[in-house]
Amino acid sequence: MINSQIRRQVLVVEDEAVNREMLGFIVCRDYDVLYAENGRQALDMIREHQQTLSLILLDILMREMNGYEVLEMMHNDEELKRIPVIVLTSEKEAEIRSFQLGAVDFIPKPYDMPEIILARVRRSIELAEDKVIIQEAKTDSLTNLYSKAFFFNSVSLFDRYFTSLDMDAVIVDINRFHLINDLYGRKVGDDLLCAISSYISGIVGTTKGVAGRYGSNAFCIYIAHSDEHAKRLSDMSDRLNELFPDIRLTLRAGVYEYADRSLAAEMRFDRAAAACSRNRSSYSSLLSVYDDDVHNKELYDERLIMDMDRAMKEKQFAVWYQPKFDIRGDVPRLTSAEALIRWKHPEYGMISPGTFIPLFEQHGLVQKLDHYVWAETAAQIRQWKETSGRSIPVSVKVSRVDINDEKLLDRLKDITASNGLSPDEFLLEITESAYTDNSSQIVGCVNDLRDHGFRIEMDDFGSGYSSLNMLADLPIDALKMDMKFIRNISTKEKDRRLVELVLEIARFLGVPVIAEGVETEEQYLLLKKMGTDIIQGYYFSKPLPAEEFSALIERES
Amino acid sequence: MNIDSLKAYGADTDEGLARCMNMADFYLKMVNMAIAEDKVSVLRSQLEQGDLDAAFETAHAMKGVWGNLSVTPMYDAVSRITELLRGRTQTDYSPLMDEISSLYDKLKAL
Repeated sequence: MINSQIRRQVLVVEDEAVNREMLGFIVCRDYDVLYAENGRQALDMIREHQQTLSLILLDILMREMNGYEVLEMMHNDEELKRIPVIVLTSEKEAEIRSFQLGAVDFIPKPYDMPEIILARVRRSIELAEDKVIIQEAKTDSLTNLYSKAFFFNSVSLFDRYFTSLDMDAVIVDINRFHLINDLYGRKVGDDLLCAISSYISGIVGTTKGVAGRYGSNAFCIYIAHSDEHAKRLSDMSDRLNELFPDIRLTLRAGVYEYADRSLAAEMRFDRAAAACSRNRSSYSSLLSVYDDDVHNKELYDERLIMDMDRAMKEKQFAVWYQPKFDIRGDVPRLTSAEALIRWKHPEYGMISPGTFIPLFEQHGLVQKLDHYVWAETAAQIRQWKETSGRSIPVSVKVSRVDINDEKLLDRLKDITASNGLSPDEFLLEITESAYTDNSSQIVGCVNDLRDHGFRIEMDDFGSGYSSLNMLADLPIDALKMDMKFIRNISTKEKDRRLVELVLEIARFLGVPVIAEGVETEEQYLLLKKMGTDIIQGYYFSKPLPAEEFSALIERES
Repeated sequence: MNIDSLKAYGADTDEGLARCMNMADFYLKMVNMAIAEDKVSVLRSQLEQGDLDAAFETAHAMKGVWGNLSVTPMYDAVSRITELLRGRTQTDYSPLMDEISSLYDKLKAL
C-alpha cells in the first residue's frame, strides 16, 4: 500500500436511506465517507472527487440511474476507470454482469458483518493502488512499452509458456538520437520514439513476442525466430522516413538468433546489443547478427579493458608524433606535431587506437589514458627543447570527460610547469562534437584554458554539426578539418567546395586551418592553392616514434 | 421500543446490532427510520393499482432494508412477496399484504 497513514475517501451509493446510513456507519470507522442517493448524483460526485476517491460502494437497483449505468459510464472513461467499485447486491446474476463491467468485488445484502466489509474495502483499495504502481513501473509512460526490468520479466514468463519456440533477441537503436533531440526539439524526439514503439508493438502483436524499451534510444524485442528482421527494419525505416521527412534517420539492429534460453534474459540481450554496437560506425550494414566474431570481439574487448592498467605500468603504450607542416611559405616548414597513442600489446601486437580508444571511452577509462599521454608528451617536448634547442609544440587530445573534470586546468598547468613548458607549447585538441553536445559548459571551460595561455584546436571540424551561429562565439585557435573531406578532394567537386567553405569559416573566425590525412601531392597542392595553412598526413610523414621524430627535427633545422 | 422488545418481536437483534457496530442507539435509530419511511402503504397502493413493476422495486428495497436490520418477521414476509413480484405473478396479493401490514403495525407499536 502506498501510504497507510492517509485516510482514504469512499463513496457510498445507495438509494435506501437506511442501507446508506448503515453502510456509511461501518465504513466511516476507517474512511472518509461521501454519500450519493442515486446513480446520477453518484456520477456527479465521482467526477467532482475523482482525484481523491479511493473506492465506490455501489448499489445496483436504484430508481434514478441504476448501478449498471454508473459502472458502464466509468468503464468507458479512462480517468474514472481506475477507481475500484464494489457492488452491493442480493442478486447472483447482478454479480456476473457487474464483474463484466469492471466491478472488483461485491458485498451481498443483507450486509456481511462490518469486519468483513471493511476487509473487502481495504483489500480492493490496496489492489487498485498496487496496480497503479505496478503499471507505472511496468511500462514506459511515453511509449507504453515495457520498462527494461518488466521486459526481462516477461521474457522469462514467455519462455515458460512457449517452451519449444526458437526465439531471437533483437535490439533496435536510433543512431545519434541525442542529436535529434538537440536539433529538432524534445517533442519531435518523443514523437519519433512513440512512432517506433507503435511500429514495434504492431510487429510483436502479429507475431509471437514481447517488446520493451532498452534505454533512452533503444528498444528490445523478444520475437519468434525469423529471417525477416532485416526487411522489417528497412520497412520500419521507410515508414519513419515518411512520417518524419525532415529527419535524417538511421536505425540499427542487433540480433542474437536462436537465443540460448539457458542464459539469463539480460545476457541474451547483451549479446544482441553487442551485435548492434558493431554497426555503430558503419552506415551500410544496419543489421548485424551476433556470431562468433561478435562474441570474440566481446572477449577481446574485455581483455583489453583488463590489461590497461598493467599496460600503462609497463609502458606498453607509446606516444608517436605526426608532424604538422606550415605550407604558407615557399617551403613547407615543420611547425608542430600531434601526439598519437599506440599500444604494443605483448600478445596481440600493435593495437590501433581506433580499437581501444572508443572502448575505453565507453568504460570510463579514457581519462587515465589521456593523462598518461599528456605526461609523456610534455616530457618529450621538454627533451626536444633541451637537445635541439627548438620548441616544437605538440597537440594532445582532450576528451569529453576531461572537460567535465574540475581539475583540468590545474592538471595541465602542473604538467606544463613541471616540464618547464609555456602553455602555448602544449596544444589542446577538442573534437567538434564535444562542442555541440554541451556547448555552454565547454565554452566556459575553453575560455578558462585560453585565459591561462593554452591554445585550442577544434578537431574533426565538419563532422560535428556545429551551427554557424554557434561557431561565431567559439573560443578556438585553429580548425582541424575532418579527414573525410580531404580524401576525395581531388576527385569530388562537392568535397572541394566543402573544403573551401571550411577555409572561409576559418578566415571569418581569424584562425588557421589544419588539414589532416593529406596523402598525395595532388591533395597537398590543391589545399595549398586554396589557402590551407598547415598540413598533416602521410604525404609529409606518417606518425613517428619519438626517436625518429628527433631525427626529423634535426633534418628540418 | 428497545432492544428487548425488538427481540421479543422476533428480530435477530444480535445480528442487527453487530451490523451497527454494536451501537444500540444507532441500531434503534435505523429501525425507526425504516418504520417512518412507511413503504408498506406505498407497496399496498402500487399493488392496488396493479403496477407490479413498481411494486417489485418497492418490495425489493424493503427486503434489503429489513434484512440489514435483521428484523426477521418483516424480512421473511417481504421476501415472499418480492419473489412473487419478481415473476410478476398475477395473483391475489392482499392476504400477504395484510400479513405485512399487521407485522408492520405491531412493530410500530413496540
